[in-house]
Amino acid sequence: MTGITETLPAPTAGTKPRGLASKFALQDAVFHRSTQFFAVLVLATLAGIIASLFVGSWLTLTQTGPKFFVTDVWDPVRSLFGGLAPLWGTLITATIALLIGVPVSFGIAIFLTEMCPPVLKRPLGTAVELLAAIPSIIYGMWGLFILAPILAEYQPAISSSLGNLPLIGTLFQGPPMGIGVFTAGLILSVMVIPFIASVMRDVFETTPPILKESAYGLGATTWEVMWNVVLPYTKAGVVGGIMLGLGRALGETMAVTFVIGNAYNISLKLFDPGNSIASSLANEFNEAADPNHMSALITLGLLLFFLSFVVLSLSRWMLSSLSKKEGRRT
Amino acid sequence: MSDLTEKGLPTRSLATPDNPIYRRRVWMNRFNLAMSLATMAFGMFFLLWILWTLASKGLASFGPALFTQMTPPPGSDGGLANAIMGSLMIVSAAIFIATPIGILAGIYLAEVGRESMIAKLTRFVNDILLSAPSIVIGLFVYALIVARVKEYSGWAGAVALAIIAVPVVVRTTETMLLLVPNSMREAAVALGAPQWRVVTMVTLRAVKGGVITGVLLALARVSGETAPLLFTALNNQFWSTDMGGPMANLPVVIFQFAMSPYEEWQRLAWAGALLITLVVLALNILARTVFRQKNN
Repeated sequence: MTGITETLPAPTAGTKPRGLASKFALQDAVFHRSTQFFAVLVLATLAGIIASLFVGSWLTLTQTGPKFFVTDVWDPVRSLFGGLAPLWGTLITATIALLIGVPVSFGIAIFLTEMCPPVLKRPLGTAVELLAAIPSIIYGMWGLFILAPILAEYQPAISSSLGNLPLIGTLFQGPPMGIGVFTAGLILSVMVIPFIASVMRDVFETTPPILKESAYGLGATTWEVMWNVVLPYTKAGVVGGIMLGLGRALGETMAVTFVIGNAYNISLKLFDPGNSIASSLANEFNEAADPNHMSALITLGLLLFFLSFVVLSLSRWMLSSLSKKEGRRT
Repeated sequence: MSDLTEKGLPTRSLATPDNPIYRRRVWMNRFNLAMSLATMAFGMFFLLWILWTLASKGLASFGPALFTQMTPPPGSDGGLANAIMGSLMIVSAAIFIATPIGILAGIYLAEVGRESMIAKLTRFVNDILLSAPSIVIGLFVYALIVARVKEYSGWAGAVALAIIAVPVVVRTTETMLLLVPNSMREAAVALGAPQWRVVTMVTLRAVKGGVITGVLLALARVSGETAPLLFTALNNQFWSTDMGGPMANLPVVIFQFAMSPYEEWQRLAWAGALLITLVVLALNILARTVFRQKNN
């Protein structure tokens, strides 16, 4: 101990440790404030988005009021607007996307965590994530020019067989054009798969191996381990992943705009053309000269933002409760 | 009765093919695993199908003219030079705006604010913005800039894209910084370094690769974004490098050309689609390899 103190240079008269410390304290204060400023800038962006949507939709909110959200007339010529049809289109396409996307994502996540040979795990995982990297306009073009003609070919057959079923038969009817609500939902399902599947894969991998090994030791099959052990353990995370996918599906614009058919239409027939909030905005916003029309469109934007905000908050809440659990475990 | 021993254990294995319960479980397992394989094939099928479509339709018009000629009027041949230039300018401006903001906000979350109220709130809001509908961001920037200046502009487009890019950079910067072991921070502090030096010279340096990954991912994300540019940068038929006015950009040109009835325009749209997808996929793969090298 004494050796160390002896080698330390004695404080010389020239350096002022106190002065240096206060200089550092000042520098750090500037550093703290400036990084904080940029964090607050992110908060301000959200506040700005909400505020600007409220300002823009003020005309509709005050003049039409809550009635806007339950009427389905959309008539720019007479300047009458109701948002029910695009809202319906948004919800129905997102539902189709989840009905197809969730089981497929679950299968992909099982494959990647339980069945995939280790060598292929990384490339295949990346390939699934690349589905999310493809820009949505590409999905739209592909849907319009490639998928829609193929669907148009098979729709009459589907309508004449499944379309006659009691109760659900209506769903499979509509003009066989290949574009419409169903096509939009199908493309959305492919687009949300990478988001849901990669969250599911990540949360499945947080399951403690000892739980799985115990189940295998009792003689459970791979499926039984996934369904009865891993899935209940990661419930919150899986729901969070699905919510994330839903949030994406609600706001997806370009892919839907290409194939949904752009018709203000509330119908249970899935082959009918429709409209979603995002596709209405993309199609009409630049042409909206009438202030009522523009305000109605911004009100739709506000509604869309509100929906995705709620869904994404739920997703975030469920995923964060899981990461806390993980934190305790390690 | 005679199937069990005194200790309650089965006298013979129940896992035999003649046990119906066992058979059902085995078949259930096989069926579901086969379905899992099928879903994986489903996903890969769509990926390959889309890429194949792009290659076969886009390569036809993929040539030097694409990069040298302007977007043509309907019914004649041309290229996408002005759109490519416009996209390059708008996207680089967006990334130059978003990178410092994102990195500094990320530093705040990981190093300074940590568990403070502001940090928690920012983390939450950042996650929402990460997945917020991009068309709504277009509406916001329209109201913020375009409606006031009364002109569509490349700058408005760049701001819209920057708002989309910032959350990506914030998220990756924070995640990467949290991976730095605390002993490194403690070592630097013990040497008497103030916190800004610890962050800039030790922790940020340790995760440089990861932060670059975040910027590359943000770049990939905004390169293909169309919806926010519709109401901000709009489009321009001519060559323009003036960020203060409407600017041609690849996504909006692709959208306009693909929706048009003219065959020449549709061909150009496919070529543009191929170009943009190649760039985005290359950026994604590059981002992953940069980060992987850092890990090794």
